[in-house]
Amino acid sequence: MDLNNETLLDIHLRMVRIRTFETEAGKMAEAGKIPGALHLYVGQEAVAGGIMAHLSNDDWITSTHRGHGHLIAKGGEFGKMFAELYGRATGYCKGKGGSMHISNMQLGMLGANGIVGAGPPIAVGAAFSIKYRNAPNVAVTFFGDGASNEGSFHEAANMAALYKLPVLFVCENNGYGEYTAQANHQAIVDVADRAAGYGMPGVVVDGMDAIAVYEATAAAIERAKEGLGPSLLECKTYRFFDHVGVRGMGLSYRTDDELAEWQKRDPILIFEVRLAELGVLSEAQAKEIHEKVLADVKEGIEFAEASPMPNPDSLLEDVYA
Amino acid sequence: MAEARELTYIGAVAEATKTVLQEQDNAFVAGEDVAGAGGVFGSYRGILEEFGDRRIVDTPISEEGIIGLGVGAAATGLRPIVDIMFMDFMGECMDEIANQMAKMRYMFGGSAKLPITIITMSGGGINMAAQHSQSLEAWICHLPGLKVVAPSTPYDVKGLIISAARDDNPVFVVLNKLSLRNRGDVPEASYEIPVGEAKVVREGGDVTIVTYSRMVGEAIAAADKLAESGIDAEILDLRSLQPMDTAAIVASVKKTQHVVVVHEAVRFGGLGGEIAAQIQEEAFDYLDAPIARVGAPFSPVPFSPVLEQAYIPNAERIVEEVTKLLGVA
Repeated sequence: MDLNNETLLDIHLRMVRIRTFETEAGKMAEAGKIPGALHLYVGQEAVAGGIMAHLSNDDWITSTHRGHGHLIAKGGEFGKMFAELYGRATGYCKGKGGSMHISNMQLGMLGANGIVGAGPPIAVGAAFSIKYRNAPNVAVTFFGDGASNEGSFHEAANMAALYKLPVLFVCENNGYGEYTAQANHQAIVDVADRAAGYGMPGVVVDGMDAIAVYEATAAAIERAKEGLGPSLLECKTYRFFDHVGVRGMGLSYRTDDELAEWQKRDPILIFEVRLAELGVLSEAQAKEIHEKVLADVKEGIEFAEASPMPNPDSLLEDVYA
Repeated sequence: MAEARELTYIGAVAEATKTVLQEQDNAFVAGEDVAGAGGVFGSYRGILEEFGDRRIVDTPISEEGIIGLGVGAAATGLRPIVDIMFMDFMGECMDEIANQMAKMRYMFGGSAKLPITIITMSGGGINMAAQHSQSLEAWICHLPGLKVVAPSTPYDVKGLIISAARDDNPVFVVLNKLSLRNRGDVPEASYEIPVGEAKVVREGGDVTIVTYSRMVGEAIAAADKLAESGIDAEILDLRSLQPMDTAAIVASVKKTQHVVVVHEAVRFGGLGGEIAAQIQEEAFDYLDAPIARVGAPFSPVPFSPVLEQAYIPNAERIVEEVTKLLGVA
C-alpha cells in the first residue's frame, strides 16, 4: 500500500474510529454502564492508525492494557467491542475477557493484556510461527515505555533478533509508566536506544504524526519481510486521559500545562490540517466522517445494551479446548 | 506387545518426542541446550540430526521468552514442545505460564487454542540443592487451563508425552531426575496414555497408597516390605495430576478403607492435602482411619547427601506411616 490518498483516508478513518469509540466508552463508564477498569487510548491514535494501515488479518499483533485502539485499528467492530466492555454474551470474548483482554483471533489480534510486558514474548512466538510456515506476514507487539523495563521485553527482543524473526517492537512512549514519569522510571530518554543492545535498528518516531508512523513502519516491515529481522520503533506520544478512566486534567503526577502542550499536537487535529493542505480531505468532509463514525459508535452501544448477559452456565466453558 | 523392548526413562522422552515430530508437521521443540547438546539430560539426543534445526531450536537462557514463544506459536497454529530444564526455573516464566498460557483461551472466550507441551524436570536425590531439586507441581495444578502429568515409568513417559502433544491444551509433563536411568518395557509403536487416568500398579486390600512419579517406586518397595508383615497394600499411580482421577482414588479407598498419600513435594500445601479433601468429600463414610500424608518437610531441599536423604520421602517412611495408620506398629 502506497501513501496515496486512499491510504491517507484509511489511516484517518482508523484514528477517528478509535477517538470516537474511546470518548463514548469513557462516557458510558462514567455513567456506570461499564464494569471494571478502562484504559483509554485517546491521544495515541496516530500509532495504531499508522501501523495497522499496513497489516492484514494474517499479520498478528499483541496489545496492552490500553488495547481498544489496537483492536479498532485492526478492524474491530464497535458492537462486539462494546458488548465485551459491557460484559455481554455477544462480546468478542463472550464477556469473559472485558476491556483488558479484548481480542479477536480472526483479525489477528492476540489480545489486550493485563500484564505489562507480557505481549512481546507472545509476538515473538507468532513471528516464529510465520517464519516456520514461510508466510509473508509480520507480528507487531505494542508496549509502553513502562513495559520496556520488564525482563520479558528484553528476552523477546534478544530472541527475535537472534532468530531474525519478522517482528516489529512498537514502543508507545506516552511519557508515563502508569503514574510515574519516564524520567523517574528509566535513565534513558529514548527507548529506541535499547535496540542497539539486541542488534536491531531502533528508530524514534513522532507518534503524533500518522504519516511519520506509517513511513517508519513501512521500512521496518520491509526489513522483516526480507528476512533481516526485527526493528524497534519508539513512537513518542501522549495519553490525553488518565492511566485509568477519562479525567485528563488536574492530576497530581503531571501538569495541565504539559497536557495542553501535547493537545496542540493532537494527532487527529494535525492530520486533518495536513490532509486539508494536501487537498485530500476538506473540513466539511472531515466533519461528515466524524458524524458517521459517531452514529456507528452509538449503534454499537445500542447493540451492546440490547445484548443478553452471559448465561451463568457458561462459567466453566472455554477453560479447556 | 511383541515389539516392546527396554528403554530408559530418559530414552523414552527422546523416542516420544521423535514420534511426535514424525506425526505432526507443526510440532517443534524449543528450549535451552535441546538441539546441539541434545538436552542436558539427553532427553532430545539425536533429534537435531534426524529432524534439523527447523524442528528443534536452541534458545537463549530466557525462560519467559521460551514460554512466550510457545504461547504465541501455539495460538497461531503450531504445536510447540517447550523444555524448561528444571521446574525450579518456572519462577522465571510464571507470568507467561499463569497469566498467559493458562488463561488465554478463557479470556478470549474460547477462540484461541493452545496445544503446547511443556517438558520439565522435578525432584531431588542427586545433590543439586535447593534450586534444582524441587517438586513444584502444586503450583501448576492450581491454575485452571493447564493440565499436568507426572509419569513414573518409561512406558508412561512415552505414552503421556504423545498424549500431551496431541492434546489441544497446554500440558506439563513433569519428569523426575532420579528416574532417568530406570528401565522398562516400551513398545516401538506410537501409543497414548489418556491424560486424567490413574492406574492401579499393585492390587491390595488393606491400605491404598496414592502417589505419582518416582514415589511410585518407593511405594512398591514399601508394599513389598509391608507384605512381609502380612499387610496387603494397593498402589494407585495417579500419572495425571490435573485433571486428577478422583474416581479411581475413591474406588480404591472404598475397597481398602485406609489411605496414605505420598509425594516428594513439601507436605504443606502439596497435592496430598487436595487428595485428602477429595476423599473426605466423596468417601468419608468408608474411611476407618484418618488420611495419612507422607511428603517432604517444610524446608528447602538441602545439599549435603546426608541431609537430602533425611529430607526426601522413601519406602521406609511409607512403611512407618502405613503401620502407624493400621495400628499394627
